[in-house]
Amino acid sequence: MLINVPETVVADALRGMAAAHPELTVDVENRVIVRRDAPVAGKVALVSGGGSGHEPLHGGFVGPGMLSAACPGEVFTSPVPDQMVRAAAAVDSGAGVLFVVKNYTGDVLNFDMAAELAEDEGIQVARVLVNDDVAVTDSLYTAGRRGTGATLFVEKIAGAAADEGQPLERVEALARQVNESARSFGVALSACTTPAKGSPTFDLPPGELELGVGIHGEPGRERRAMMTSGEIADFAVDAVMEDLDPSGPVLVLVNGMGATPLLELYGFNAEVQRVLTERGVPVARTLVGNYVTSLDMAGASVTVCQVDEELLRLWDAPVSTPGLRWGR
Amino acid sequence: MLDADFFRRWMTIAAAVIDREADRLTELDSPIGDADHGSNMQRGFAVVRASLDKEPPDTPGAVLMLAGRQLISTVGGASGPLYGTLLRRAGKALGDAAEVSGADLARALRTGVDAVAALGGAAPGDKTMLDALVPAVDAFGEGDFTAARAAAEHGAEATIPLLARKGRASYLGERSIGHQDPGATSSALLFGALAEAAGAGE
Repeated sequence: MLINVPETVVADALRGMAAAHPELTVDVENRVIVRRDAPVAGKVALVSGGGSGHEPLHGGFVGPGMLSAACPGEVFTSPVPDQMVRAAAAVDSGAGVLFVVKNYTGDVLNFDMAAELAEDEGIQVARVLVNDDVAVTDSLYTAGRRGTGATLFVEKIAGAAADEGQPLERVEALARQVNESARSFGVALSACTTPAKGSPTFDLPPGELELGVGIHGEPGRERRAMMTSGEIADFAVDAVMEDLDPSGPVLVLVNGMGATPLLELYGFNAEVQRVLTERGVPVARTLVGNYVTSLDMAGASVTVCQVDEELLRLWDAPVSTPGLRWGR
Repeated sequence: MLDADFFRRWMTIAAAVIDREADRLTELDSPIGDADHGSNMQRGFAVVRASLDKEPPDTPGAVLMLAGRQLISTVGGASGPLYGTLLRRAGKALGDAAEVSGADLARALRTGVDAVAALGGAAPGDKTMLDALVPAVDAFGEGDFTAARAAAEHGAEATIPLLARKGRASYLGERSIGHQDPGATSSALLFGALAEAAGAGE
C-alpha cells in the first residue's frame, strides 16, 4: 500500500486534498471538507459523509452544484456527530441543511445524533436516506438495503436544486424522489484490503466472483465461477430491473470499485447498454468511472435511475467539484 | 461501595484489554463486517483513558458519562453511538452520588443496555453486542462481577451459530452463521474489565 502508517491514512489524504484543491476548505484536524464560499446566502446546504475508502465520494463531490460539505470518517467507519454538526454550522446560511445519509447502521446513528445537536444550535435539518442496493433484502431481518451508487445521483440532483435556490422541503423531496427511483447492484472480482488489517477482507480465489457485493469489503450474497462482462451485465441489470421497472428515460452509472481499469469499465458499459436496450429501457445519460469505490476492490456496480424532465434538467445543470465537473 | 476511582480503574483496564485484543476484534470483524472493530474501539478507549487522566471526574456517574461522550465523539461507525450510549446512560442513571452500591450499578447497567437496544433496534438473538450485554446484566444481580463476566463471555461465544439480523453482518444472510460477533466479543471484554477492576478471581 502507498501509505505512511495506517493510523494517518485519512489525515494524509485530507492534507493532499487541501493542497490540490484551494477552492475547498479542508479542516484536517476536525475532518470536515467545506466549499470555500460557504455559507452561500439564501441557499440550502447539503452535507454528506461516511467512511473513507469510497473516494471521490463524498469529499470529491464538494463544490458548487453538489455538496456544501463532507465529513470523512475513518476507513469504512461512519464519521462522528461532532464532524457533522461542525459541517452544518459552517455551511448553513439560514435556509437549512440537508443531510444525505447512506443507509448503514453507523451512518444513520451518527447522523441522527448530529441532527439533534444541530437543531439544538438552531439549524434546520432535513435528512434523506439512500438505500438503493438491491442485493440486500429490505426486511426486518436485515439492516435494510445499503446506500451505494445512487448517492451520487442524489447528491448531484439535490445539489443542483439547492444551487437554484429551491427551499429545503423541495430539495429534500427531490433527493427522496431520486433515491426511490434508483437501484444498484455490484459485483467484486477481488476483495479489498483495509489499511488497518493489511490483508484482504475476505477470501476470493482467482476465477471466482462475488455477486451482490457491498462497498465495505463485505462479501456478497453469492459466489460463482468467473463470468464474462456480458454475463455479469445481464445478471446485474436483471437484478436491478426486478426491483425497478422504469417507464421513462434513465440515468446509468457504471461505477468502478477502485481497481478495475476504465478499459474494462467501458467494455462493461457496452454490455450494460445492450441489456438495457434489449429490455426496452431508454438511456438519457450515462456516467462511467470510479465514483463510489471500495478501496482497491476490483469489480463494478450498475445504478439505474428513472428521471423525469426536472430530474434530467437538474442532472445536466453545471457542477464544479474535484470528482464531477461540467457545464461551467 | 464503588467510588469514582473504581470506575476510572474499570475504564483504564477496559482500554488496556481492548488494546491487547484489538487485532482479534478486527480479525472477527473481517468475515462478517469490515475489519475495523478493533482499531475503532482502540482509538475510542485511548481517548477515554486520556480524558479521564486529564480531568478525573469525581463521581461514578461523571466518569461513565465522560467516557460515553468521548466514545460518541471519537469512534464513529455503529460502535461509537452504541457503546457511548451504554456508558452515558448508565452514568446518568448513577446520578451524582459519590459512591454507589452493586445494586445501583446493576440498575444503571440495565438502563444503559435498554438504551442500546432502543437505539440499535436489536433484540437478543440478533447476533449483536446485546447477546453478551443482556445475559451479563442478568447474571450481575446485585454485584456478582464474576458471574457477569462469565455470562458475557458465554453470550459472545453463543453468537457463533446465530444468523445476523442487524448491522453489516446482516447483509450476508445465511453466510453470517458460523462466526462470532465482534460487538458481542468487545462487550464481553468490557465485562471482563469490570470484573478485573472489582478484583474478581478468574
